[in-house]
Amino acid sequence: MSIFVDENTKVLYQGLTGSQGRFYGLRNRDYGTQVVAGVNPKKAGTDVDGIPVYATVAEAKMATGATVSCIFIPAPGVQAAVLEAAEAGLELVVVITEGVPAQDEAYLYNKVTRDFPTTRILGPNCPGIISPGKANIGITAGEIAKAGGPVGIVSRSGTLTYQALYELKLQDIGVTTCVGIGGDPVPGTSFIDCLEAFEADPETKAVMLIGEIGGTGEEEAAEFIKKQMSKPVSAYIAGVTAPPGKKMGHAGAIVSGGKGTAAAKMTALTDAGVQVGNNPTEAGELMVKIVEAL
Amino acid sequence: MDLLEYQGKQFFASFDIPVSPGEAATTVDDAVAAADRIGYPVVIKAQVLVGGRGKAGGVKLATNTAEAREHAGNILGLDIKGHIVKVVWVEAASDIAEEYYASFTLDRAAKKHLGMLSAQGGVEIETVAETDPDAISKIWIDPVDGLTEDSARAWVSAARLNPDANDGTVDILLKLYRAYTKGDADLCEINPLILTPNGEVHALDAKVTLDGNAEFRHEGWDVYDATQVRDGREQAAHDKGLQYVGLEGSVGVIANGAGLAMSTVDIVTQVGGKPANFLDIGGGANAEVMAGALEVINNDPDVKAIFINIFGGITKGDEVANGIVTALGRVDIDVPIVIRLDGTNAEKGRAILVEHESEKLQSRSTMLEAAQAVVELAKSREV
Repeated sequence: MSIFVDENTKVLYQGLTGSQGRFYGLRNRDYGTQVVAGVNPKKAGTDVDGIPVYATVAEAKMATGATVSCIFIPAPGVQAAVLEAAEAGLELVVVITEGVPAQDEAYLYNKVTRDFPTTRILGPNCPGIISPGKANIGITAGEIAKAGGPVGIVSRSGTLTYQALYELKLQDIGVTTCVGIGGDPVPGTSFIDCLEAFEADPETKAVMLIGEIGGTGEEEAAEFIKKQMSKPVSAYIAGVTAPPGKKMGHAGAIVSGGKGTAAAKMTALTDAGVQVGNNPTEAGELMVKIVEAL
Repeated sequence: MDLLEYQGKQFFASFDIPVSPGEAATTVDDAVAAADRIGYPVVIKAQVLVGGRGKAGGVKLATNTAEAREHAGNILGLDIKGHIVKVVWVEAASDIAEEYYASFTLDRAAKKHLGMLSAQGGVEIETVAETDPDAISKIWIDPVDGLTEDSARAWVSAARLNPDANDGTVDILLKLYRAYTKGDADLCEINPLILTPNGEVHALDAKVTLDGNAEFRHEGWDVYDATQVRDGREQAAHDKGLQYVGLEGSVGVIANGAGLAMSTVDIVTQVGGKPANFLDIGGGANAEVMAGALEVINNDPDVKAIFINIFGGITKGDEVANGIVTALGRVDIDVPIVIRLDGTNAEKGRAILVEHESEKLQSRSTMLEAAQAVVELAKSREV
């Protein structure tokens, strides 16, 4: 099994007609994802390499049965696009777009949680989600992941996630689902949401968590692991040597007022029984040992 | 984006938050003319993005033209913790009865806006939080509901200010929340928020951090961008649109993706080296971006060796390697480079790099080996 998406998931793309949306939408389809529709009010009735384009998310959902949206719309349009998807009743809205204002993210998270509780936002500023061999929604290169399990991955960083997928593949270890929650201050889906789903998924036997400086998501994850997880977890936290007060590439990767340091996160995770690596390779090696011992 | 005090006050004023009347000046003559217009006494304040201005002699009271000239002359050009004062803010001096603290920021854990109000203003809020946490009255605001007048009033009551300040403070907090949300700020802080002897409340200082991601919907933010403090390297990288943070070491770092770039800085440190920078060139890693990144690093005189750490995903390893080789042809690099290339088509990519290998260009297959090699090279060249 996998979490959130699988081979039966039907996905529509808001922004399929743009250059990024087209490139990744078609790549995702080549991977085997059920890419069923695009949405663009100005191009309704046309198609993108055979994928029909509809005027609204609601129409696209009605015509195709899509339950997931993947958003490649530029930052100024993201708030309206996410709300349209939520109002149409989609289950998962994957926001790849980078550079969404924090005020919009805070508003969207609270609005969707309250008014559309069955809709989950993933991202913004995330690489997307891949259940290897089943569905790839977003910008991850599908060929670097081995299908099957037993490992689930949840990560705040794109390239470090790819690194983890690739290293596990080299060791012939499969992945059930890999979720990139994104590097922004208000992620729609948290570490805990994913850990909870992995804990409940019978095929996932161990979880790899990749965090970075800023915020308290990793500390909250540690608390959850300590109290509610039976499956083993390995982790890596980037930004041990990051200077305070500087945004390290991601909008959410900042140590401010002495809070959000990598050291504090590593301590919290270690205290929760997580095996924490000092670099991505070490975290991968720890996971190999965990899998061998399963 | 951090605003200077006077920019913050102008930002506040645009949301009708009362601030002291004042003018910014970049020369002594302009500062004196401003002081004469405003009327004495005035306070002349250094405009720098660093704390501790007062102690460094950057804030002075002037009661007449001669004093204004003397203080402006001393403050302009002053070096405050490495920040040279280029602008002073001249404002009417305020009579202070009481000093409070007020701010709005995002509580990332609660995913709500956090308002903080305290009767103990004029000192660092972190200090108050440690010594007397009960002195800070907090409110969590759902961004969908916003801050209502009723909840603002209850919040102000809970902070136990001088009752004379309550109405004025409620008014300012409602406006400050509007400035924080509509103005797309990450932080709006007033410290101190003052009550004057005749019962007026206004902002005596302004600390504002704007969310750079929201620049697309605000006219005129380029003014703020121009006053950001960046060293020469950071400015050069910024002009090229690169995500760069200057550090103080000898190993130049280039990586694709923020996480991998952070991780690269970490691993250089772990093996005993000192990274010169954080630089994320994004996912694609094409020749043009790579050449720009190499130019920025090459212009840093402290860099003794460069570590290029790329993970090929959709952009395949051979394309990345060709990009690096093209970039190296365009930029004349003085120091040795160690490349670690991994991911899709990594072997093809490494084969391309091998053809160009020399003392100046080496390739390693893991991050750890590459870090060790580059740190050794940097150290051998530091002497």
